[in-house]
Amino acid sequence: MAVPAAFFAVFFAYPVVSIVGRGLKTADGWQFGAITQVLGRADILHVLWFTLWQALASTGLTLLIALPGAYVFARFSFPGKQVLRAVVTVPFVLPTVVAGTAFLALLGRGGLLDQLWGVRLDTTVWAILLAHVFFNYAVVVRTVGGLWAQLDPRQEEAARVLGAGRFGAWRKVTLPALAPAVAAGALMVFLFTFTSFGVIQILGGPGFATLEVEIYRQTAQLFQLPTAAILTLVQFVAVGAVLAVHAWTVRRRESALRLVDAATTARRPRGAGQWALLGGVLASIGLLLVLPLGVLVERSFDTPGGHGLTYYRALTAVDASGTFLVPPLEAVWNSVRYAVVAAAIALVVGGLAAAALTRRAGRLVRGFDALLMLPLGVSAVTVGFGFLISLNKSPLDLRSSWILVPLAQALVGVPFVVRTMLPVLRAVDGRLREAAAVLGASPLRVFREVDLPLVRRALLVAAGFAFAVSLGEFGATVFIARPDNPTLPVAVARLLARPGDLTYGEAMALSTVLMVVCAVALLLLERIRTDRSGEF
Amino acid sequence: MPLLTLQDVTVRFGARAALDAVRLDVAEHEIVSVLGPSGSGKSTLLRVVAGLQAPDSGRVLLAGADQAPVPVHRRGVGLMFQDHQLFPQRDVAGNVAFGLRMHGVPRGEQAERVEELLELVGLPGAGGRSVAALSGGEQQRVALARALAPRPRLLMLDEPLGQLDRGLRERLVVELRGLFQRLGTTVLAVTHDQGEAFALADRVVVMGEGRVAQTGTPLEVWQRPASAFVARFLGFDNLAPATVGGGVADTPWGKLPLPPGVPEGERTVLVRPAGLRLAAAGAEPGAGGGLRCTVEARAFRGGRVGVRLRPTDGAPPLDAECALADAPREGDTVAVTFAPGDVLVLPGAPERAEDGRDAGAGPAPGAVEAPGDATRGRL
Repeated sequence: MAVPAAFFAVFFAYPVVSIVGRGLKTADGWQFGAITQVLGRADILHVLWFTLWQALASTGLTLLIALPGAYVFARFSFPGKQVLRAVVTVPFVLPTVVAGTAFLALLGRGGLLDQLWGVRLDTTVWAILLAHVFFNYAVVVRTVGGLWAQLDPRQEEAARVLGAGRFGAWRKVTLPALAPAVAAGALMVFLFTFTSFGVIQILGGPGFATLEVEIYRQTAQLFQLPTAAILTLVQFVAVGAVLAVHAWTVRRRESALRLVDAATTARRPRGAGQWALLGGVLASIGLLLVLPLGVLVERSFDTPGGHGLTYYRALTAVDASGTFLVPPLEAVWNSVRYAVVAAAIALVVGGLAAAALTRRAGRLVRGFDALLMLPLGVSAVTVGFGFLISLNKSPLDLRSSWILVPLAQALVGVPFVVRTMLPVLRAVDGRLREAAAVLGASPLRVFREVDLPLVRRALLVAAGFAFAVSLGEFGATVFIARPDNPTLPVAVARLLARPGDLTYGEAMALSTVLMVVCAVALLLLERIRTDRSGEF
Repeated sequence: MPLLTLQDVTVRFGARAALDAVRLDVAEHEIVSVLGPSGSGKSTLLRVVAGLQAPDSGRVLLAGADQAPVPVHRRGVGLMFQDHQLFPQRDVAGNVAFGLRMHGVPRGEQAERVEELLELVGLPGAGGRSVAALSGGEQQRVALARALAPRPRLLMLDEPLGQLDRGLRERLVVELRGLFQRLGTTVLAVTHDQGEAFALADRVVVMGEGRVAQTGTPLEVWQRPASAFVARFLGFDNLAPATVGGGVADTPWGKLPLPPGVPEGERTVLVRPAGLRLAAAGAEPGAGGGLRCTVEARAFRGGRVGVRLRPTDGAPPLDAECALADAPREGDTVAVTFAPGDVLVLPGAPERAEDGRDAGAGPAPGAVEAPGDATRGRL
């Protein structure tokens, strides 16, 4: 408990508080009056409004498209289901930059739709919404579908026997059991889209800025720290509220449900209706999830002189324009190295936090539980910038140290580790630990001898998630990665920021590389999936 | 000095006392069974001794040393859990060797001891098997071997045979007693099954609502229940308030003959089912002796028949037990007489006051042990 708490205090609370403090405190003292002043500005109100409604719209659209998918994954068995489940999860761990780039290749200038029909969506809100669906499809399928698959179909059958119609049985029996999971999934989607950064940075036109993008603009481009600090606070409060609701639904979800082995509830689709549903879901997955990635890969080979490896070759050279001090491909090595260290930190901190949460119960601990989720929602930009301005004094003068990047990435990885480990650790029978203690094992020994062997697989999954998330982290890394040591997402963003066919192609190529690294990590994970559905 | 001493140990969960000023001594090499209905605080008792639950007040002494500052893993006691709690990721040998490893026993010695223990519990050569593949009885043996392996000074068993079927249970309990006597193990077992407790233990402690209701040898407890609660728990339902005087007890069933030397006054009497003599009733009420009853129900219990009797004069129903050949049929009317040796006057005030928990009426733990001690002197 002490280690994670200290980690969060030093590398999360301290940077965030100091940057907010710096923004709000002048020589004359605290400037709370500035809050109402900033929130009264028309452009800020516009940002707030856009952030809110795009998040709501994205959540609604994701539920609309992903819920049938959740049903299909839960109740139907069909060939290739395992592979498809992995495919669906790939976008979730993909770096936002890759997703942005992929949708750019599909919907943007010179994109597939532009070439075929002259349609461009890259400066419309549709591109953003679709990209958000792309990302969060897996969140809904995993949280809702995971539970749905474990609901005993005989409950519905019992209702049918008692005289309920097919729809009535679903509405009265399945829906109430499912509702907390749907709410939890929707809240996660809302959280991710509310704080969306990379996607909007790449796809959003000048008129579309979320809070996070605006914080970045105010901090990095306009140097308006007070405004950025106030926006950070606004986002903090909003995210805090969402997390409180989430914690509540999670607790509701823990209410007693009759769960059965997921493998026994699925069967082959029967009748035209069910086959049509399956077909529709497969088509939507193909269009929304697979097509953008396919186009991305295709574009990375599509050079002016026909298909070839020109762009990939260009990645190995230092380019003349001076975008990078090193060949872009070096970013792969940087990224992997950083991500491994970040995953290790996240694993230690998150693992200890999860263990502490399992051992103790009570108000305080539950608060800590929610606190661990905060890095997901607090502006990554703020964290990154906070690192720069707060970790500059000894003994914490880390500004020039490479460890800064993994530390920031680990912050984002910890919530995933905790969410993966917690259900598994909670499922370990407490009396097994007591049995070991009575046989003479000290508390530390109990953890090593009892908990660790049982959660080894969950640990691997958590490590993989932390690795993939760290690999794709963009908002904080963009601030603190040094020009001579860019990570993959940072390199992609820099390439996209420069005009020219070559750099565009290089961005596609580098995104493809990043996607492959992530996908390989994820496919390895699917092989060691735990039996229990995690909370993501 | 007793090996284990509990001094007024109290554990509260909220307003409810799971253990209420419990006093208990367990001597070295003694096998003690704590017997009580579920919720009587038995398991909590074991958890307190193991150190898994801290008492709210009172002390736990092992060989005279206060255990309050000693953490679970240094107490040197063994605990066999109700559902065994074998480590699923280890094989049988890994489970049995666990405690030895924790105590730093050299590897070679571990293997030797594991084999020796598996032989002892009747599973020779099973070390390499997965615990998931074991039957309930085998799991129970492995759990026992695991608990015995580090040679705990006190072995505690929580419902050791609770999940096994009846036949296996009856065989194992005899085996267990033999094993513990051979090894000289000090044992504190808890169970809700009186058969199990009586077969296993040198001494039985009956608990109810967190208090010790009676302590004594199995025979003492069975023959002379210390209170209506103990009597009911043991399955005796023929209880009634009575005025005792002049060698008879005046009960709702009439005046019952008593053995000589019983205390007089307002009491609770217990009539053992075997003490009811049934005879075919005469045609008219009042003819001949005895209490006229209708047979309401019969239930076979092996070679004996349990008979439920309803007195015709509206007195409380009675349970009787008789040989198969003598059993009346349902609907018969019988005349009941009582054998003096099977009419028992319970110590303490009558049941009504006890139920009401009037001040001083409930048996204090010390007071209840007295009849047991008295009987021990006689036997």
